[in-house]
Amino acid sequence: MKKIILHGRKVVGGCAEGEAIVTRQTISGWGGVNPMEGTIIERRHELKGQSFKGKILVFPGAKGSSGWSTTFHTARLAGSAPKAMIFNQMTTKIALGAVVTHAPAITDLDRDPLQVISSGDWVKVDADKGIVEVTKKD
Amino acid sequence: MRLNSDELSMLDGKQGPARQKAMELLVKYGEALGAERLVDTNNICAGVAGSAPAAREFAVKAGNMDAVFSEFHLDSAESVEIPDVKAFSCHINQAIDPANWRIQRVPPEMYELCMRHEWFFARIGVQLLNTCAPYLVGNIPIKGQHCAWMESSAVPLCNSVFGGRTNTEGCESTGAAMLTGKIPYWGYHLDENRLGTHLVDVGFDLETVMDWGLLGYCAGEVVQEKVPVLNGIKQIPNLTRLQHFAAAIASSGGVEMFHIVGVTPEANSLDQAFGKKRPTTSLRFGSVERREAYEKLNSSAKDSNVDFVVLGCPHYGIEEIWRVCRLLEGKRIHASTNLWIFAPRAIKDIADRSGYTEIIRNSGAVLMTDNCPALGQVSPKGVRVVATDSAKQAHYLPALLGFSTWFGSQEECVRAAITGRWEGELK
Repeated sequence: MKKIILHGRKVVGGCAEGEAIVTRQTISGWGGVNPMEGTIIERRHELKGQSFKGKILVFPGAKGSSGWSTTFHTARLAGSAPKAMIFNQMTTKIALGAVVTHAPAITDLDRDPLQVISSGDWVKVDADKGIVEVTKKD
Repeated sequence: MRLNSDELSMLDGKQGPARQKAMELLVKYGEALGAERLVDTNNICAGVAGSAPAAREFAVKAGNMDAVFSEFHLDSAESVEIPDVKAFSCHINQAIDPANWRIQRVPPEMYELCMRHEWFFARIGVQLLNTCAPYLVGNIPIKGQHCAWMESSAVPLCNSVFGGRTNTEGCESTGAAMLTGKIPYWGYHLDENRLGTHLVDVGFDLETVMDWGLLGYCAGEVVQEKVPVLNGIKQIPNLTRLQHFAAAIASSGGVEMFHIVGVTPEANSLDQAFGKKRPTTSLRFGSVERREAYEKLNSSAKDSNVDFVVLGCPHYGIEEIWRVCRLLEGKRIHASTNLWIFAPRAIKDIADRSGYTEIIRNSGAVLMTDNCPALGQVSPKGVRVVATDSAKQAHYLPALLGFSTWFGSQEECVRAAITGRWEGELK
């Protein structure tokens, strides 16, 4: 099994591992996600109908409403949050959202995670050390 | 993060447990951002977290608003007693219209919960503007003022049109800011991040509110969360046009700041808008791009029988209410169609005194305040097809409430309310 190590900056500390769910499209929180199920509901989004619940969410960043953090906060309370978040574009929406999700989060990686990680890969995140270990599924 | 003595005293709990929780959250949030310090703010616009079902359940179980505020506005599972706010704070939209909640089919227990929320916010010193457009009713930021605003349609106006300085904040960060008067000094608080990144060459003469919505919807999808600079604008847009532009560009994208060369305060020239930066990308908005945006916004709709018309997203000011009334006066809306118009409560007071509320009522429509269909997830019974003049509602309603949605001009929407049929087209 091919393993790839990425290095980045801690956004929220902690360790988690799980199956990756990857999108090249930014995510709307409020109005783009059903927080009770962790599913993407935005029309024309490539992940529409899929859930990030219990997965490692890999995405470019956040867009849309200022309810982004509340949506991910609510997902955490409902048990539907992602296990960890890996993203490229830092914004206040995503920083606050990551903090209130209470899940490890990493950004500023040395390689583009959207190029390296595919949905279904097994991903270990050690946010305190800023390390992401990717085991490709094929 | 570097903290000063006032901030450290709050972090150490010397100013009580709630301000301590607030400061703990601001430190975590600031460190997540990579901010070096906090900045003082005395202009906060904050919203309600409680419209989602999970939040409602939480509030019912918790039984008291201190616990709700602790969890949803401070990210604290421990319930702490919430003291008065330290900074000037305004409430943006809430989930219901307190006068029309029955028409909005809000259950009584939801109404009571929302009113308890409102009373709690008033008690701690939050001003109940209850609108997504606080700049219409008494909160206009001054150039250079550090703010902490929520509401994705208001943030770009605060930064770009008024010259205030804010990032898009959330319920938890504004909750913490209200109690401390602090917010991370990051992003649009700093000069260098306010410069343009993308050039938008506007090759179409923008005339209508709808044109500005279409430009926003097109540009947001391309520039995402960056800073577009509009060049080639020939007519000075009024505030309504900029409201619709900002709401659209923050729905298809995450824009928090834009420039319009010759119009907005930090863009007297292209050189000023970009500073030493050069645009990373240029895009053109012409008739082809305008049509593409129109078709995307109308892609959920097929059936031309319209049962619900939504106007006032972002909340209408008195000018738009006046315009609607000129179209509605002496007319009746169709028996199978509902027309709901949304505005700030203080604007409705002017509409009452000016006779507009009566014109709207006599037509069979309703002038509502405090919320909107998307935020409150409220609608008349049995709705399938919506028409709206708002790119933002057209973007969100199909996903949030499952309605197929027509997007068009105010005039087309009012006509649809009267005839019950959508006849809009892009001219």
